[in-house]
Amino acid sequence: MVKQRSQRRGMHGSPMIGRSRFRQTFLRTASGFLRSLPVIAGVLALTSLLTVAAPPTVLAELLPLQGVLGPIFGALAGSVAAGHAMTSYVLAGEFLSAGLSLATATAFLVAWLTVGVAQLPAEAAALGLRFAVWRNVVSFALSIATGISVAAVLSVLA
Amino acid sequence: MSGADDTKRTAPARSDNRARGNKTGPSGGAWFLLAVAVLYAILFAAMPELASEALRRLGQLARHIVPILAVVFVFMLAVNLLVGRAWITRHMGARAGLGGWIMALAGGVLSMGPMYAWYPLLSDLARKGAGAQLIAAFLYGRAIKLPLLPIMVHYFGLSYTIVLTLCLAAFSILSGLVTARLATVIPAAEPPRRQAQGDS
Repeated sequence: MVKQRSQRRGMHGSPMIGRSRFRQTFLRTASGFLRSLPVIAGVLALTSLLTVAAPPTVLAELLPLQGVLGPIFGALAGSVAAGHAMTSYVLAGEFLSAGLSLATATAFLVAWLTVGVAQLPAEAAALGLRFAVWRNVVSFALSIATGISVAAVLSVLA
Repeated sequence: MSGADDTKRTAPARSDNRARGNKTGPSGGAWFLLAVAVLYAILFAAMPELASEALRRLGQLARHIVPILAVVFVFMLAVNLLVGRAWITRHMGARAGLGGWIMALAGGVLSMGPMYAWYPLLSDLARKGAGAQLIAAFLYGRAIKLPLLPIMVHYFGLSYTIVLTLCLAAFSILSGLVTARLATVIPAAEPPRRQAQGDS
């Protein structure tokens, strides 16, 4: 009994993680982590290619962001675009300066941050294809809803 | 919160052989990486300038993401060492309460770097019993970027920033609820377990 207790606890009576258990857990974690690296590296390479081949500004020029359907196309552009979050702020600010609606700029910004077309393979590998697809579809719809909601609330507050 | 006996339990896994760690060939991830490498090779032949620029950009992104991956690895190790499956199932499972939602949202807001850097940790948590609704809420909550809020205020104003942040917090919960109704998380295969040695 005493021996069992001494095995479970350290010298000062504190709970102890055995060296062997730490090593075992470390190796298992490292193994799982390393197995996810090829997908992350692939997504990284794909994202780099996407940002160079189809810059967000070009995507925005290609889509009809004016009009009632602006938020939908804004969300579409934000979903395909990739890059740092701050870039989305700058671009959304430029959209507003160019006369696009607040709902469109917001939908673009939120879709940029929550939807990841280029990241879909990595998300599907980690969390399952069905979950990845539905999460992105729901996030796409909610980015449009967010754009419209924010514009509506601000217009009421104004 | 201790996960002392966690290593002895078998995590839920995909029903195919890959999920059981019985695969013998390269994983899907390796094939995906190979496909991207082939795409780059074709681009180098057809449009060398574009491919070089993409490669340069890849170097920049890689330098940015490596420290974040290191942080994610430390988180994964800490979860595997200290947090048991029972605790995760109780507090972050399908029937998680308000605390689970707060944890997911706070985790999403505080997590840094690109979304895909966090997939290994989320997959790990899902394998241990974390619910789909909280994982979806975590991923949506990442749209709230605390360090970038001053820049948002600068570009769009304070009232816009407050309204958007509140909307994102509310919609992250909605995103979790809706996504969990439509799909369940199927985490990546668990690494094959080694034979326990010594005091495991």
